[in-house]
Amino acid sequence: MSEEIDKSKRHFLTVATTVVGAVGVVMAAVPFVSSMEPSARTKALGGPVDIDVSKIEPGAMIRAKWRSRPTWVVQRPPAVVAELPKINQRLRDPDSSEPQQPSYVKNGWRSIKPELFVVVGICTHLGCTPLYVPQPGDPSVGPTWPGGFHCPCHGSLYDLAGRVFKNVPAPLNLPVPRHRYMNDKVIRIGEDPIGSHSSWKEPLIW
Amino acid sequence: MSAEQEKRDYLDVTGGWLLKLRDWIDARFPMTKFWNEQVAQYYAPKNFNFWYFFGSIALLILVNQILTGIFLAMNYQPSATGAFASVEYIMRDVDWGWLLRYMHSVGASMFFIVVYLHMFRGVMYGSYKKPRELLWIFGMLIYLALMAEAFMGYLLPWGQMSYWGATVIISLFGAIPWVGPGLEQWIRGDFAVSGVTLNRFFALHVVAVPLILLGLVVFHLIALHEVGSNNPDGVEIKKHKGPDGIPLDGIPFHPYYTIKDICGVIIFIAVFAAIIFFSPGLHGLFLEPANFIPADTVRAPADIHPLWYFGPYYAILRSIPNKGLGALALLLAIAILFVLPWIDRNPVKSIRYRGPLYRWLLFVFVLTFIVLGYIGMQAATPFWAEIGQRLSELYFLFFVVSWLYSKPRSTLYMGISFTIVMVIITVLDIVTYVPSIATVKIYSWAMPFFYCALFMLLPGFFAKLIEPKPVPQRVTFK
Amino acid sequence: MKAIICAILLAVLPAVAVAQDEGVKMQSVNVDLSNTASLQRGAKFFVNYCMGCHSARYVRYNSVARDLGLTDTQLEYYLIFTAAKTTDTMVSSMPPADAEKWFGIVPPDLSLESRSRGADWIYTYLKSFYVDPSSKTGVNNTVYPKVSMPDVLWELQGTQKAVFSTVKNPDGSSYQVFDHFEPLTPGRLSPQQFDKLDRDLTSYLVYMGDPVMLKSRSLGLRVIGFLIIFFIIAYLLKREIWKKVH
Repeated sequence: MSEEIDKSKRHFLTVATTVVGAVGVVMAAVPFVSSMEPSARTKALGGPVDIDVSKIEPGAMIRAKWRSRPTWVVQRPPAVVAELPKINQRLRDPDSSEPQQPSYVKNGWRSIKPELFVVVGICTHLGCTPLYVPQPGDPSVGPTWPGGFHCPCHGSLYDLAGRVFKNVPAPLNLPVPRHRYMNDKVIRIGEDPIGSHSSWKEPLIW
Repeated sequence: MSAEQEKRDYLDVTGGWLLKLRDWIDARFPMTKFWNEQVAQYYAPKNFNFWYFFGSIALLILVNQILTGIFLAMNYQPSATGAFASVEYIMRDVDWGWLLRYMHSVGASMFFIVVYLHMFRGVMYGSYKKPRELLWIFGMLIYLALMAEAFMGYLLPWGQMSYWGATVIISLFGAIPWVGPGLEQWIRGDFAVSGVTLNRFFALHVVAVPLILLGLVVFHLIALHEVGSNNPDGVEIKKHKGPDGIPLDGIPFHPYYTIKDICGVIIFIAVFAAIIFFSPGLHGLFLEPANFIPADTVRAPADIHPLWYFGPYYAILRSIPNKGLGALALLLAIAILFVLPWIDRNPVKSIRYRGPLYRWLLFVFVLTFIVLGYIGMQAATPFWAEIGQRLSELYFLFFVVSWLYSKPRSTLYMGISFTIVMVIITVLDIVTYVPSIATVKIYSWAMPFFYCALFMLLPGFFAKLIEPKPVPQRVTFK
Repeated sequence: MKAIICAILLAVLPAVAVAQDEGVKMQSVNVDLSNTASLQRGAKFFVNYCMGCHSARYVRYNSVARDLGLTDTQLEYYLIFTAAKTTDTMVSSMPPADAEKWFGIVPPDLSLESRSRGADWIYTYLKSFYVDPSSKTGVNNTVYPKVSMPDVLWELQGTQKAVFSTVKNPDGSSYQVFDHFEPLTPGRLSPQQFDKLDRDLTSYLVYMGDPVMLKSRSLGLRVIGFLIIFFIIAYLLKREIWKKVH
């Protein structure tokens, strides 16, 4: 053994090879992980959807589908909208402080036009679809029920503006998607109203 | 400081908890024991050369195929209406899908290149000889499973070549006497290749054959680690052990060959990447132009041929103008490789010590295999069929000559062998005589004639040409 | 050795012979994918002249716009003439059933045409239409005899007739071989301008065949660069470890 082993050199090279190799593995993993993101086709299919709201009866609900999610439009009579602020103390987030909606519907009734409420019908607890229970005091919920949405999976309750009640498993209000009125009859889900372009933020849970 | 102590020091850097974790596991699972037996204290000959990279590289490609395959299967649709479009969907709409697909399709071809080089190494250094016969057979089974895997995988893109290639190869099973036609239909599950066939091939391609392949690879490695690696000198390092029981010419696989293989693997990946990023179709060799047309079940492409790696066998199949015999020759061409350990019984393993003529014999065999592969990808013309027939003869003659070279033979023995072989070939020529290709047939007769004269008659007179050189006791290492 | 030489000769000679016996010679197009302006022009020609009948159903408008450096507004203005959205694929508005009625076949999808035919074939094909009164469309093509596609570029290229020469077989029979074209009426473009258009269109079809080739080369160089650095470090370590082995 003429040459002595240079331990520090060897140690340095071992660490260098390991680090560069690990960097290579991580870079090679990127394509694999990225390929599981929504594809161009999925994104194309997730484009805006138009809903005709001209024939909706007062108190009724239209069920549509946007990005494979149940998307509802509820016609709320003025009397119902007027009732909304009265139950604020029973709600977790009555003023819509959490980013569960675009800024242009951050108001007492969570919609652009007070009577037409657009919402994605996915419970913020574990993703079930709540039932539409508009009748106050409906026996399926209870005598103090003001009307709203009831999730049958784990009993979460929301009012008619999709605001979550206190003391239920769901943590947040029902998400409102971005939407705009093409005209008086058609709502386009997935696009902001002209002029309020940057106001959209992905909801925390939807 | 001992190696063990040195390693403990590295682990101690973290304050000893890593060391404790190792000991905790070792008390419950033979982790360190396994690592030592299979890697850190597996002694490999120190004289491995270039040819010994391909085992590790083949394993790397297997991992590549499995990983990319899993992610491709997430977006692929195994149906006659959806398959072609889903491949294009992967290529264009899925993020990085094109890379995964090219890694898989180029990987398939690279797998065969590497496996062919790996097998050639085995033949060159006699790695199939005692005590490694089973190792060789497991390897051959892997090769066979790989062929099945590649064949079924090639149907999945559902292009014209996919469809008609599968049609042709499946119809080979129809050549089997009695059960043939029924078997053919059973494989397809339909009256012709269809979405039903595609669906079952998908299941076999992504689940069944990969499982078999993995099992065979484990068996291959167990057999290897039982008998130990051969080396370019073909001497057994276990015959010369030091007082500590370690082969004098052996070095632990880790770290010596792990780091050496990493270097080889990097070079391989660079070549692999160059093909993927610059020419993934490799001018029609890895991805055929006709396969960019969706399968048309009523219109076959002008020229149907398999991908390059089946070329040699396809040429042998086509060179025989009889369905049953052609299929038999194809089967035999593969089967004969299985029994190579019992054909070549020469005690000298490595080509380094087997006499000058054996080098030429092997060289001509490789050349034959390559030219057959080329012919397999050409349009079927009578001329190519004839040349293919001659080269098929040379393919099989390699094994005859290998058997003859097993021990010293007399001039008379070699002369009689030469005569028998040439008589058989000539009789075959006369039996299959067709006036239209008479000229080619007569001229090409020179190929087996010169081959046999060179490899059978010549060593009959000059025995020195195949006389082994003395094999050293220990490996040679510069 | 003789056997080897014999084998090599026998393998190579017929390959040469076969190479000479091809039909119409393809003209080399020399596609340059880095020429974005050419690809943009090609895309415009494709939408204007091809998409009336042909689709590129695997290609999305917005991916073309992204790859060729067009904004969404430019995309909608220059390339989308149907009701399609920018995220849609390039599907022709001609119903396949009608196409079959009019041309006898459904016009093939062109997404992968460059990969199945090759760039030179497309380039040559597009300029090889000639007047042939015997055909239903009034034209024929030397690259694709009995073609059912009409010559959609005739206004630009003008019309031409094909001149054939007669070749005699050794056994006395003879057959016709295409020799050259003779212009009949001039088109709106000069031959040079038409060749340029043909090249742009072919380049665009080559791009569509494998869009990723636009970026994969530079990515490949970076990957190989990284591997070279990795190799140098790994090789130094290998040398260090193997120092002891004699």
